[in-house]
Amino acid sequence: MSDAAIPTPARPAPITLVGPIAWVRNNLFSGWISGLISLVLLFLIVKWALGFIEWGVINAVWSVPNNQTQACRDLRGTGACWAVITEKHRFILFGTYPYEEQWRAFLSILIFSGLFIVSAMRSFWRKELALVWIGALTAIGVLMWGGVLGLNYVPQERWGGLVITLILATFGLAFAFPLSILVALGRRSRLPAIKALCVIYVELIRGVPLISLLFMASVMFPLFLPEGMNIDKLLRAQIAIILFAGAYLAEVVRGGLQTLPRGQYEAADALGLSYWKKTGFIVLPQALRLVIPPLVNTFIGFFKDTSLVLIIGIFDLLTAGKTAIIEPAWQGFGIEVYLTVGFIYFCFCFAMSRYSQNLEAELNRHRVR
Amino acid sequence: MSQTSIDPRSLRAPPKRPIKLSWSDERVRGIFWQVVVVGIVVSMVWWLWSNTVHNLEVRRIATGFGFLGREAGLPIAESLIDYNPTNSYLRALMVGLLNTLKVAVVGIILATVFGTLIGIARLSKNWVLRTLSATYVEVIRDLPLLLQLLFWYAILQGLPGPRQALHPAEGVFLSNRGLKLPWIQWEGAHSLALVAFLLGLVATIMYRRQALAKQIADGVPRAVWPVALVCLVALPLAAWAALGAPFTPDIPALRGFNFQGGLTLSPEYFALLAGLVMYTAGFIAEIVRAGIQAVPNGQREAAQALGLRPGAVLRLVVLPQALRVIVPPMTSQYLNITKNSSLAVAIGYQDIVSIANTTLNQTGQAIEGIAIIMLVYLTISLSISGFMNWYNARIALVER
Repeated sequence: MSDAAIPTPARPAPITLVGPIAWVRNNLFSGWISGLISLVLLFLIVKWALGFIEWGVINAVWSVPNNQTQACRDLRGTGACWAVITEKHRFILFGTYPYEEQWRAFLSILIFSGLFIVSAMRSFWRKELALVWIGALTAIGVLMWGGVLGLNYVPQERWGGLVITLILATFGLAFAFPLSILVALGRRSRLPAIKALCVIYVELIRGVPLISLLFMASVMFPLFLPEGMNIDKLLRAQIAIILFAGAYLAEVVRGGLQTLPRGQYEAADALGLSYWKKTGFIVLPQALRLVIPPLVNTFIGFFKDTSLVLIIGIFDLLTAGKTAIIEPAWQGFGIEVYLTVGFIYFCFCFAMSRYSQNLEAELNRHRVR
Repeated sequence: MSQTSIDPRSLRAPPKRPIKLSWSDERVRGIFWQVVVVGIVVSMVWWLWSNTVHNLEVRRIATGFGFLGREAGLPIAESLIDYNPTNSYLRALMVGLLNTLKVAVVGIILATVFGTLIGIARLSKNWVLRTLSATYVEVIRDLPLLLQLLFWYAILQGLPGPRQALHPAEGVFLSNRGLKLPWIQWEGAHSLALVAFLLGLVATIMYRRQALAKQIADGVPRAVWPVALVCLVALPLAAWAALGAPFTPDIPALRGFNFQGGLTLSPEYFALLAGLVMYTAGFIAEIVRAGIQAVPNGQREAAQALGLRPGAVLRLVVLPQALRVIVPPMTSQYLNITKNSSLAVAIGYQDIVSIANTTLNQTGQAIEGIAIIMLVYLTISLSISGFMNWYNARIALVER
């Protein structure tokens, strides 16, 4: 008897699961509907991309002599008029800052960018970072105002463009963040009067649009102050933005305070720590760490929202772009200008959003099994 | 700090001591700090208030809302109710409020539909669709809304005039005068049909609730669709037919230098709506995607193992769980659409902010003007969040 097991014939190898052909089959043509969608979308993408290249590169006019925009007008929308950017880029970036002094505004933008990059690096998250911020912001103030170190004085009314956007966003952040921590702590306080004040502040601000606060800053603030005392328009807008951002950030911080396990509070109490020691050494370091990714997302929103100062006539990046095309010679080239301005905003926001995603992954690494 | 009274452990806390007038008593410190903070806030408010009263007197600015009854004299381009510049400020503000609601309501509906589609597309197996929607979400969320509005408005203004209007379909014209769509001549019968539809909707919902209660009691499923058909289709049709079934299509046509007839979306409204919808859809897409991903795969597999059909899996198992994650952040997006519609003022659409702003410039009564804006938005915000909280409570997980 031959009981030797007869091996069942080997099954055929599966249809290839790796390699480019398999990838295409799985990701583009997994069914006939999917295949149809792929083909239609690819066709549209190619068509639009070619159309955009034709409009933005092939037919485009890159420069015109002496504001003679006839060459652009002759295109009748078949090509982009990048000449408006060539002509107006300094105005869009620096506004009405004196032409020969614009390097100072440019240097300020570089310092801002450096400050953001340094603050983003975790190895710099130390107490000394506060000193770096104070130093950098002082340097920017000196550069922009001048009047010392042989720099000519430039009044604030002449500042404009990207610098204003960065100033509004950075100073807004620097003041709104501490405010938001206080408000978030106040909202979780057991003292009823303090809690009520914080709740009213947060809900009132979050219930109304930023524009109404900016209007308030531009038309109502002068009425609030004693006669003769006058606050600059930019500063008024800055205060409105700080109050606005403070309320939104406070809700994010409060989220972190709520996620922190109760045992942490109790352990600190058991050690006999005072309220401020408990908050400063136990609660905040953990709670803030939890909310860094949503905080960065709020910063992005808030960086974009600084563009609303356009409505009360402050000369930020977007206002500068909009003003650049008011001149009759350049009217009608809004699309080119807005694409350029949008690209600048995109660079900042995209960098922040990528950073927030990486940070989230990094901070959650201990949770991944 | 000791525990709050909610904590059951506080039941075992020592009985309350009488307050000792000493700095070491925590309650004394608490009262002291509250008095200090409230004192600072009240004195600041009082200082600002007295400055304001003084300034108003010096500048001879009137106070109070008496101006609301005066003739506005401001022209409004589009209005849902009858309006002309001789009407009062109150009427003008009403027009502005309706214009705000017109953008907000349509915007919320369109952004929800569009955002949900993109959110689902981001989870598609199809690489092109997935990448395209991911790119859309990333780009649209990284650009300021105001910039997008100005961009769309610039594009609309760059379109050819009515005579060379883009004409993608019969009766649809896109020109620098806005978008023209075919419509019907609205008559009383249509309004009646609409009312009948809404009544039918209420009746259907009530019937469905009753049917469900009975099914829970005796286990016999009852079909809702025949009632729905009668209430939602037959009833409005009957109401419409009872008044003679009027149907006159109103198709826009070029007469001379402009269009006549049809439904008009002005360039301002169209740019505002397009900008708001496309911007918010990017955020809603992320919310929908996160909500769907939050449902564990095991839930879907378990439902399949029970033998549910794919539609039923989605309707009975996946969606109810996903909605729990989706609804709270969706509420804040709806609030954002409403608040962001105030950017209308930048492109010249006359919403409540724009009209209140003109009013305060004409009358000089800044405080009242801004108070009106804030009051309107606070009311809208509180109503939307009230409704969404009610909805959220309905779909929330029922725990012990």
